[in-house]
Amino acid sequence: MAGNPPIGSRSVADLVAAARGGERRATARLLSLVEWGGPGADEVAERTWTALHGGAIGDDVIPGGGANRAHVVGVTGPPGAGKSTLVAAWTTRLVDRGHRPAVLAVDPSSPLTGGAILGDRVRMAEATASGVFIRSMATRGHAGGLALAVPGMVRVLELAGFDPVVVETVGVGQVEVDVASAADTVLVVVTPGMGDAVQANKAGLLEVADLFAVNKSDRPDAADVRRDLELMLDLSDLTGHGRWRQDTKANERSRPAVVSTVATTGVGVDELADATDAHLASLDGAGTLVARREDRWRAEVRSHVDHLLLDASRGVVSGLSAGTGAPAAVARELAAGLVGGTEGDR
Amino acid sequence: MSGSPERPPVRVVLAKLGLDGHDRGLKVVARMLRDGGMEVVYLGLRQTTDTIIDAVEQEDADVVGISMLNAGHLTLGPRMVEALADAGLDVPVVIGGIVPDEDLPAMANAGVAGVLGPGATAEEVVACVRAAADARG
Amino acid sequence: MDSSSSSASRFRTLSGIPVEAVYGDGPAPGEFPYTRGVHAEMYRTRLWTMRMFAGFGTATDTNARFAELLAAGGTGLSTAFDMPTLMGRDSDHDWALGEVGRAGVAVDTVEDMADLFAGIDLGAVSTSMTINGPAPILLAMYVAVAEEGGVERGRLAGTLQNDILKEYQAQKEYIFPPRPSVRLVTDVIGFTTAEMPRWNPVSISGYHIREAGSTAAQELAFTLANGFAYVEAALAAGLDVDDFAPRLSFFFNSHSDFFEEVGKFRAARRIWARWMRDRYGATDERSLKLRFHTQTAGVSLTAQQPEVNIARVALQALAGVLGGTQSLHTDSFDEALALPSEDAARIALRTQQVIAHETGVANVVDPLGGSAYVEWMTDEMERQATEVFDHLEQLGNGSLLEGVYAGIEDGWFVGEIADASYRHEREVNAGERIVVGVNEFTEGDDPSARRLLRIGQETEELQRKRLATVRQGRDDAVVASTLNQVAADAAESTTNLMPALLEAVRARATVGEVVDALEGVFGTYVERVVV
Repeated sequence: MAGNPPIGSRSVADLVAAARGGERRATARLLSLVEWGGPGADEVAERTWTALHGGAIGDDVIPGGGANRAHVVGVTGPPGAGKSTLVAAWTTRLVDRGHRPAVLAVDPSSPLTGGAILGDRVRMAEATASGVFIRSMATRGHAGGLALAVPGMVRVLELAGFDPVVVETVGVGQVEVDVASAADTVLVVVTPGMGDAVQANKAGLLEVADLFAVNKSDRPDAADVRRDLELMLDLSDLTGHGRWRQDTKANERSRPAVVSTVATTGVGVDELADATDAHLASLDGAGTLVARREDRWRAEVRSHVDHLLLDASRGVVSGLSAGTGAPAAVARELAAGLVGGTEGDR
Repeated sequence: MSGSPERPPVRVVLAKLGLDGHDRGLKVVARMLRDGGMEVVYLGLRQTTDTIIDAVEQEDADVVGISMLNAGHLTLGPRMVEALADAGLDVPVVIGGIVPDEDLPAMANAGVAGVLGPGATAEEVVACVRAAADARG
Repeated sequence: MDSSSSSASRFRTLSGIPVEAVYGDGPAPGEFPYTRGVHAEMYRTRLWTMRMFAGFGTATDTNARFAELLAAGGTGLSTAFDMPTLMGRDSDHDWALGEVGRAGVAVDTVEDMADLFAGIDLGAVSTSMTINGPAPILLAMYVAVAEEGGVERGRLAGTLQNDILKEYQAQKEYIFPPRPSVRLVTDVIGFTTAEMPRWNPVSISGYHIREAGSTAAQELAFTLANGFAYVEAALAAGLDVDDFAPRLSFFFNSHSDFFEEVGKFRAARRIWARWMRDRYGATDERSLKLRFHTQTAGVSLTAQQPEVNIARVALQALAGVLGGTQSLHTDSFDEALALPSEDAARIALRTQQVIAHETGVANVVDPLGGSAYVEWMTDEMERQATEVFDHLEQLGNGSLLEGVYAGIEDGWFVGEIADASYRHEREVNAGERIVVGVNEFTEGDDPSARRLLRIGQETEELQRKRLATVRQGRDDAVVASTLNQVAADAAESTTNLMPALLEAVRARATVGEVVDALEGVFGTYVERVVV
């Protein structure tokens, strides 16, 4: 890669073209721009979208993406389940099968200092050695920010030709669960001991999961976890709670498959790869995939709107004091002002 | 909260080259940098220049931090700098660990951006890494 | 080796006051549970062994340093190996570049081992070898050299560190995964128990755990837990506890908080004695007596004003002696900067000699016993250690061995140590904990006045040539057949690997070749990283 001009001096247009051409550091720089937000991110977002879907930017007319969109897989689960090891083994197997996977691995930032120790990459040495692209990402302290940045980063990776794009989070918070579930396939990884299946249920993961992996399945209590999972899935079936709403095509799900794996030795990894492929195929076949992606697009727009309104209101609110009035009434007036011209329209 | 609002947090790749298995210092530095608002891609033990370069590239790292206790700094320090240059990556290298004072000029000549000795405080560590990242522009 | 004279003046103070062997009430030294010491008379009969760790460059270089240390009055040899050797790689391996002979001596074949001990009567010295992953291979080489020199294995005295569990917890010099590695440990135990009665097959170590940043109580607890784990493994391998337990030895750190250390050593003896008798059913007294080697805390040495380290080391050494250690290594003052220079190593040895011969502390057994503070500290160390044992037992469903495996797999040990290490660092950083010369009393540092030991690049060249020569001179067909036997025996979990290893090293197989053969069967270990 020596010979390319230094990364800092290149325009977004150049970087996008280079990323499409397979230049990894250009992809990495685009990811950084999206992550940081602001005008740089906006330009990347525009150009990436256009590159994928076709359109015009200024005087440039860019032909449509052409290639299929990547399979986006969200991976989550309680800490200690061995997600990174499993993702490493699985993506390495995918390379053997001729794919070009990329992984976005999210770790929490310290709420106090804003810094983070990103330790997923080190657990995926097998994958990086096989050529899997791995990007470590911190939550950077604001919950909304993650939901904003991740979809944009996934698109950059799609643009660069990676498929599947795996988003791995530690599924302990609602935000991380939301992020992981902004995917075509949601894989939840649990492990024997520690009541993981119950924890997973509490975190709301059962409602979003498309596929379960029971990792460390060589442990004696692995059978118990499987059984607990199946029981909880049965219960969901019975009560019709959450998952199997038939009201929209997007929410239509079949009962999640459960795969047993031992990430450290590779047992079950082929089955996992088959199961994720099968899930994508089933969505596609049923026409659900398109509906789901539409839903995700809408959710992303909503996130941006939320963020913009929050930003817009923040400055104003900090200038007010308790003397202004009852909070709900003050807020109503403020919102009306932000949305604009609603008095006559109502 | 994080770094100054004008710039994103500094991203540092932390690693040890060679066979040495002492990672106490590296782990302490990782926490110091995190507490200083930086994002640390922790690679840990037994890395090679190749694995470090892959990480620097994919993670869009601002600085590489290498820990060295084994008197290998005169070989391994310059080698890391060269490997980054050969790969066309303009990323500074900071070395931490046991580097006798008389070797400091050689380190500087080889292009190492900073050296942190044993007993460096958290403030010194964070300042040194930040300065290296800033100098890059 | 006994540095005593029979004169009664030894048991008088400097002013001529005669002193008894022991003062105060409670269980006497040499009596269960040995809190006050494993022998009734301790240093009155025989001083601790002054065993100075040495190793750098080629085997010939280290052989010269050994000779110097023996001539200067050292009473035991202790070998430091370089990183490639410790990690089971040959000096011409890719990974060895820049590391040959730097952290210790390079040993690739039995020929290097022969050079290392040239001119030294292996039947007359006691040798410690600080090596873990490939330990059985190095032991096989030592035995082969002795036998080729006419000393039969039953006469050999020494210690092999061979403590693989702490590698996963602290030092990280592992090769294979934990379970096959523990099998290698029990194979060595089985072999030496039967054929080398004067050899300590394991030196269960806390030193490295402490250096990695643990507290004193964690050092105590993790070390003893590992010890119990090995006992359980050896029992499971069909060995009789009283056959092997007498030769299990320990290795502790001696750090800066004086009374913590003394309390720690005393608690160690008491805990071990009780557990061995009550839980593991040992009846031979020697199985119950915890014997240990001590090294002063390398991590406490400062690069700033290094001469001050002489004072630190002296005080830490004193804590080891007052704690009843069987053998002691004192660090050299320049070790924060480099491997010790000759002068610095000599001063470190002299420090021990001052303690032994000038201070009078060796005249009375456990002189601090009975002090309210020391007895309280001993109890407190035991209490904290017991919490750890309870946790591990729970993790392992009643088995400490399983609990240790689980703790390793989950990164529990590593996490505890990293937390303790960071706490300490923050305290020093905040000035809450003073380190002289580092965060206080910093005037007087003169970096220009240092003469450090340098290992030149020529060592690596020399060693590669040496290795090539040995490879040329051997019968490759024989080597290949011995390596096949090693792999075959490795695949049979109930076969003791030592005989096959002996054959392989005699045929001049290299450390790297034997490790490769074992790795093919056992696999490699990938750690679960916890920062």
